[in-house]
Amino acid sequence: MLLRHTPKEIIERSALTINPAKTCQPIGAMYAALGVHRCLPHSHGSQGCCAYHRSALTRHYADPIMASTSSFTEGASVFGGQANLLESINNVFALYDPEIIAVNTTCLSEVIGDDITQILNKAAAENKIPHGKSVMYASTPSFKGSHVTGYENMLSAIVQNFAKSSGKRHNKITILPSFVEPSDMSEIKYIAEELGAAYIMYPDTSDVVNGPLDGKFRMYPKGGTPKALIEESGDSEYAIALGQTGTLSAAKLLDSKFKVKTKIIDLPIGISATDAFVDTLRKIAGVSVPEQLVRERGQLVDVLCDKNQYIYGKKVSLSGDPDILIGLTQFCKDAGMKILHVLSGTPSGGKFVKRIKEIAGGDVIVKEGAQADLFYFHQLIKNDKPDLILGNTYCKYIARDMDIPLIRTGFPIYDRVGHSYFPITGYRGGLHLLIKMLDAFMDRQDRDAPEEQFELVM
Amino acid sequence: MAEVLEARRHQVLEKGRDDYILECGKASTAGSVSQRACVFCGSRVVLYPIADALHLIHGPIGCAAYTWDIRGSLSSGPELHRMSFSTDLRENDVIYGGEKKLYRALTELITGYKPKAAFVYCTCIIGLIGDDVEAICSRVSREQRIQVIPVHSEGFKGTKKDGYKAACEAAFKLTGKDSGSPVSPFSINILGEFNLAGETWIIKDYYRRMGIEVTSCLTGDGRVDEIGKAHRAKLNVVQCSGSMTNLAKMMQAQYGIPFIRVSYFGIEDMTQALYDVADFFEDADITARTQKLVKDEVSALLPRLAEYRKDLEGKKAAVYVGGSFKAFSMVKALRHLGMETVVVGSQTGSAEDYEYLKEITNRGTIICDDTNPLELSGFVLEKAADLLIGGVKERPIAYKMGIGFCDHNHERKEALAGYEGMFNFAKEIHASVTSPVWKYSPARIKAQAAQRRKSQ
Repeated sequence: MLLRHTPKEIIERSALTINPAKTCQPIGAMYAALGVHRCLPHSHGSQGCCAYHRSALTRHYADPIMASTSSFTEGASVFGGQANLLESINNVFALYDPEIIAVNTTCLSEVIGDDITQILNKAAAENKIPHGKSVMYASTPSFKGSHVTGYENMLSAIVQNFAKSSGKRHNKITILPSFVEPSDMSEIKYIAEELGAAYIMYPDTSDVVNGPLDGKFRMYPKGGTPKALIEESGDSEYAIALGQTGTLSAAKLLDSKFKVKTKIIDLPIGISATDAFVDTLRKIAGVSVPEQLVRERGQLVDVLCDKNQYIYGKKVSLSGDPDILIGLTQFCKDAGMKILHVLSGTPSGGKFVKRIKEIAGGDVIVKEGAQADLFYFHQLIKNDKPDLILGNTYCKYIARDMDIPLIRTGFPIYDRVGHSYFPITGYRGGLHLLIKMLDAFMDRQDRDAPEEQFELVM
Repeated sequence: MAEVLEARRHQVLEKGRDDYILECGKASTAGSVSQRACVFCGSRVVLYPIADALHLIHGPIGCAAYTWDIRGSLSSGPELHRMSFSTDLRENDVIYGGEKKLYRALTELITGYKPKAAFVYCTCIIGLIGDDVEAICSRVSREQRIQVIPVHSEGFKGTKKDGYKAACEAAFKLTGKDSGSPVSPFSINILGEFNLAGETWIIKDYYRRMGIEVTSCLTGDGRVDEIGKAHRAKLNVVQCSGSMTNLAKMMQAQYGIPFIRVSYFGIEDMTQALYDVADFFEDADITARTQKLVKDEVSALLPRLAEYRKDLEGKKAAVYVGGSFKAFSMVKALRHLGMETVVVGSQTGSAEDYEYLKEITNRGTIICDDTNPLELSGFVLEKAADLLIGGVKERPIAYKMGIGFCDHNHERKEALAGYEGMFNFAKEIHASVTSPVWKYSPARIKAQAAQRRKSQ
């Protein structure tokens, strides 16, 4: 068994990450860029980076993931990557014809010190960028933050490059979601639509990375927020950012650069966070909550109440990305569960720790940033065993070793499908997640009950 | 032909129409959506299956995260290789260097896990920030009394092939250590077989039945101590065109061990491999046992294959794989199933390899080096392939186009080597190509309608 290597005793490690609970910035940047229509992410570094990011995203979404690379060579690392990037821009527009090229840097190009702004200016000066097309970039050094930071940086770069102010405000609310599934992006749009609130949302990876089989391979699927809409977001009266870690800098930029009144709230995962999202939208848009959303909320509460006995008091350990963890922790708490451990490899600071403690209570062990890896998570679980784990695919080793059910949430999920089609956000997503939890607990009960206690309804 | 980047024009040809020699071994054109990986990737995949060694990735977290247990490399014993260890370099380390961190990480890990040897993979920025990895490795080596081997696999230093070379140099350092324990006069090393889905065990069993000792396997289900006596085997049998030929050459130069190149995919190549090994030993018993083995296996396999061939006859396949040797085998194996290869390419083939592909394919076949999704989907459409054989990034492209797919790369879960592997290969292709799901695929419906119109 793979994880027999994990000792129960926790020893401080100073220089080492074992079984990471995060990955590097560029992949998050690539994902955010895919949420813009006809945008081709471009990795400015060795070709391995691009291959790894594309492979990882392909495994997770089971859809083709397109991105180009500067294909650094020994020469580029000595003389800088300018020639590679200029040639890339030429080739990409000539062959792949995107609307936008979204360049992300890598550890290599950051350490070499490539000045991307200067290179892009040169490209523009040399007429390498066809009329009406754009090249933008985000600085995403792999040695800082995590994939969530990369997402945040790309999102903020999208605001920086495309949002415009015409001087005239409109009533469309700009919604900025954190790093979530395409299904969640759809659900967030659905809620806004049900409310009848006018909105602009980006990035939006729905219909990009969860497209249908229709007999064609498309470089640019139909989804993604069009550039024209993003431009309009500078004129929004209000913006709502969902999930602080993934959206903070973009939200701040909308506020400072365009004076858009910006609210940062939690991702709408679970009842209370979805309530908060609906309420915020309702107030800003000046609309009332429609019957349909009230009904969905009622159904979620109904199931929670019907099956309370199966979930109340159950112990849960969570690992994943900060914004999703806050939502999940709140949801578990609302369901009456006891939260033992919350761990995120993404450095998310004292605020995150404080927030989780507020929600879950003082006993919870929260770990983020350095040494917050799945090796440590396993050690925590060995010391205090939960009834359920919420986390990505890599938690399966722990789940198997400890014989604990695992519900796959977050990124990456390589070994199950469904996450790109069925959300965990909104009331419907809450019901979906709740049913998964109940199934996990009840299947376990059916499996483990002694013969004399095994009944039709347990 | 589908559109091809100007700079790549000579990396693609159609047999019978173009008469130039295919260009290859080039870095991917900047800006292309290349399906290729980097030097680190090449080193990592080759050394990774050595199960009782410590594999520490020195660099920022990404390279460790993306290669954590993603590739099959089954072990019959220890599984230390499947843990993901990284120095996880941060901004401060980039400024002040990562040497101290590397030293501490190695020391902690070796003390804790007692591995038989340790590999330190250098990723892109290590050279740039000036870490003296050699010095740290030799210091820890002295202190801990195990071999600590740096692998110079900085991603930008070339292609995946250069990564293979770096891995071979690292693996070579494990050889020549054990001169005491007995080694049979009929002994071989298996090189370039990585036990992705249990293939090493199938192949080892064939050699055992032939009466041949497998002294070590590099690196499938690999062990440090076995590699330590590899220098005393009589023959190196190298599979996989690119990855371990270098090691075979180094062992030939240093220890005088001759090598042969083989492929374990498909009936002809598998059989050829066993006979080539048997011929080397010029031993009547071995030859007799080999003949019996081949006869038993092939006569058991053929009727089982015929079942699948019935449905596959006349279908067309596109093949895009890492190594060109595998591509050769695929073309032949597909022919056994009645299928024609209409597109074939590899990430790392050489000019001679592509010339050979020209020989074994039909007129009109597209042959390509280092392709990209847009090109590949264009070729597949143009040649109306029913099946694509490739790796993880190609799978959803095939499905979106509504054609079958077989992973012959590192995400395969069925053993595809040997006679048993040929059966699994046929089974997998059959399942994909004849799946009832395609009747809902718009592309298929259109193609079938066209077919009907033609026949009327």
